[in-house]
Amino acid sequence: MEEFTIQPPRTNYLNAAYGIKSWLLTKDHKRIAVLYLGSVSFFFLIGSLYAMAIRLELLTPQGDLTQSSTYNKVFTQHGIIMVFFFLIPSIPATLGNFLIPMMIGAKDLAFPRINLLSWYIYMIGGVLTIYALLAGGVDTGWTFYTPYSTTFSNSYVIAAGLGIFINGFSSILTGLNFIVTIHTMRAPGMTWYRLPLFVWSHYATSLIMILGTPVIAITIILLAFERIAHIGIFDPAAGGDPVLFQHLFWFYSHPAVYIMVLPAMGVTSELIANFSRKNIFGYKFVAFSSLAIAVLGFLVWGHHMFVSSQSIYAGMIFSFLSFAVAIPSAIKVFNWTATLYKASISYDTPMLYGLGFIGLFTIGGMTGMFLASLATDVHLTDTYFIVAHFHYIMVGGTLLAYLGGLHYWWPKISGRMYPEGWGRFSALVVFVGFNLTFAPQFVLGYMGMPRRYHTYPAELVSWQVLHVLSTAGASILGVGLLIPLVYLAWSLRYGRIADSNPWHLPGLEWQTSSPPPTENFLETPIVHEEPYAFAPPGTKEVIGKFEKEAPAEA
Amino acid sequence: MQSSFPFIPESASTFAGDVDAVYFYISGVTVFFVTLISLVIIFFVIRYRRRNAFEIPRPIEGSTKLETLWSVIPLLIAMSIFVWGTKVYFTQYRPPQNAMEIYVVGKQWMWKFQHPTGQREINELHVPVGRRVKLIMTTEDTIHDLFVPAFRTKADVVPGKYTSIWFEATKPGTYHFFCAEYCGMNHSGMRGFVEVMEPAAFDNWLSGNANQVSPAAAGHTMFESLGCASCHGANSEGGRGPALIGVYGSNVVLSGGGTVRADESYLRESIINPQAKVVTGFGPIMPSFQGQVTEELLLALVAYIKSLSTAKPELPTAKPPATGTPQSANPVR
Repeated sequence: MEEFTIQPPRTNYLNAAYGIKSWLLTKDHKRIAVLYLGSVSFFFLIGSLYAMAIRLELLTPQGDLTQSSTYNKVFTQHGIIMVFFFLIPSIPATLGNFLIPMMIGAKDLAFPRINLLSWYIYMIGGVLTIYALLAGGVDTGWTFYTPYSTTFSNSYVIAAGLGIFINGFSSILTGLNFIVTIHTMRAPGMTWYRLPLFVWSHYATSLIMILGTPVIAITIILLAFERIAHIGIFDPAAGGDPVLFQHLFWFYSHPAVYIMVLPAMGVTSELIANFSRKNIFGYKFVAFSSLAIAVLGFLVWGHHMFVSSQSIYAGMIFSFLSFAVAIPSAIKVFNWTATLYKASISYDTPMLYGLGFIGLFTIGGMTGMFLASLATDVHLTDTYFIVAHFHYIMVGGTLLAYLGGLHYWWPKISGRMYPEGWGRFSALVVFVGFNLTFAPQFVLGYMGMPRRYHTYPAELVSWQVLHVLSTAGASILGVGLLIPLVYLAWSLRYGRIADSNPWHLPGLEWQTSSPPPTENFLETPIVHEEPYAFAPPGTKEVIGKFEKEAPAEA
Repeated sequence: MQSSFPFIPESASTFAGDVDAVYFYISGVTVFFVTLISLVIIFFVIRYRRRNAFEIPRPIEGSTKLETLWSVIPLLIAMSIFVWGTKVYFTQYRPPQNAMEIYVVGKQWMWKFQHPTGQREINELHVPVGRRVKLIMTTEDTIHDLFVPAFRTKADVVPGKYTSIWFEATKPGTYHFFCAEYCGMNHSGMRGFVEVMEPAAFDNWLSGNANQVSPAAAGHTMFESLGCASCHGANSEGGRGPALIGVYGSNVVLSGGGTVRADESYLRESIINPQAKVVTGFGPIMPSFQGQVTEELLLALVAYIKSLSTAKPELPTAKPPATGTPQSANPVR
């Protein structure tokens, strides 16, 4: 591997300008990413507090911490905050924003002002939603099902809906920005097949963002009209259909799951390749499986409605398509695993998160088959099995990848190293705590415990046992998440100064100083190699046997 | 309430075992693959750990053969689950003929049941063991969902239409049921018990609650008090409106072409929104009864119209049903 020595320039993106105005009016994608990092973390903290309240309440069968009406608001707001204000923007808006231009050798995103605008839109949506929570809260569940949300709920549905509506535009603009940037701003020599897989997965994510998000926007508008003026879209008394709302909602919200998990898959590809010093096994299969997921993801929304009075034949088709969408995910898992073969694997914190992601995502994905299968879905849907399944995808998947990515690129973002020992320790605590929290919920769901239940029958002792285990796990998980919060903040001031390429990696983002200068690269890089090119060109191994290749033309 | 092994739910319907079989099949596949992948990863991570800071492994390109292998094998397994799951689902979700029909109305936050003989229950449902029971369900307000874990079935109840689940209980006992679709403040309190009884005990229970008005009889009373007879005829033989005798279960020809099968949902729609599907040869003159009849009385009206088509019209007096009321089976959904 070629070693680069780069003299760190005196100014970087962090010290190029000072003062609050230099941040709030910045057009630098890296600073905007840092703004997102702060705000996304803030929303994550709020969402976590709600989660704590839920887990505490469920320790006992009867309602003793809150009243039912309060509990209903707590789980609703946990869902809204976590889904719309943490999970969806988490990886794309922070790591994606910071890294896509750097990975393709660009100075910034294609539309820096729009990038800043999308952060402001996100904040306006967030503030409006926080207002809805403080003013009295929402109790519809994050799914806003009609006619409860339009006719029966006596809570701040429209304010919260408007917050989500506004926030959607932030997603759309970010997606648009990424797509244009990836198409038009790649450095010389950066062909599509030389793109890191992180960029591929963000490309697929962006497609979903710009195609799917308008649908949720329209749905929220219809919901608001129905609630205010009773126009009769969803109300059967006025000739509407309440199930229509579910179709519209899931037409966005199922693909939204892939908005959350595709970027996480991109991060994982980077972690697995770079921390085993290997190119990704089956690069093109991994790249195109992202696109396959993005496309197929739009065709499976009906699997949320197997028991919603949908026709049984529609159920059959959606079940079939849901099994089909599992295959590209399986391909990714097998390719990540194969990448480890004959690799040089380090045990650094980001890799621990990356490996954790594969395991937990595999469990999350496989348990999805219980819900894609019609017979078992009838029993398991709307129970804690669902809750466990999607937390394995969103926490075990997205959150772990986010933390892994944050550690991996922390030296680049902050210019400081985090404490490795603490990093590994907390990764372990998060892994153990996570599994203890959510594994018992699979059993709970199979036993029949419905989701969104404030109380449960006291005579079902095994239910309480499982809830106690889950709450114990959540406490461990909480500690595991607090540790990085503390040491990452600590490292900003006291962490070891990071050099430009602390992991000794070939990716473009490491070929510039840490933190990078405002323009990312002092000279526009020229790309000669495929991504993850650790080994000198000329040697390639085809499963077990080595083949000499003619040296590539320079 | 607890089964012998505390972490497997009680199983008490004819298809519960089939659902569990699919469940355990997928569990087996899941455990196998998760273990396989975990073991392979752990083996690789230990075997190929970085031994010195400067080692560079040789790149491996990938293999189309392997990619095909690990796409096709999961696809085949997924398809086997799909086929099996769909097969069992069709049993779960297609009510059989000659099931005993019980009407269910959900409302915030209780479940109301009415037996064909008129007995009413709230948050408690008595059914006989070994007899097919079909629940015809709707709601007075928002969406709810009737979920009986021990029977491995559930379905949403949706405003404006009828949905149904069916089951045949296999052993006497008391089983929880829950509302499984979030419906507001006291959602988690919207639960109760299915009492599965021996047939003799059930018949005894039914006759112990005699002097009930059956839904069909109540519907007949409603039919008269709402003035339906003025158009549909005093004996529902027809007049300005179509005859109702024999209409249930038949294929109705609509004005403007097309036919519709006159099932419970169609009958309901024709009362609430008569202009939607008008029978051919009649004018769109019927007023809507939206808001004038509760869901329970609507079910009674539907039951009355159905009784005009069955071999044994139900009489206004309570009687224990013999082996389930013979009805023309017609999936509600």
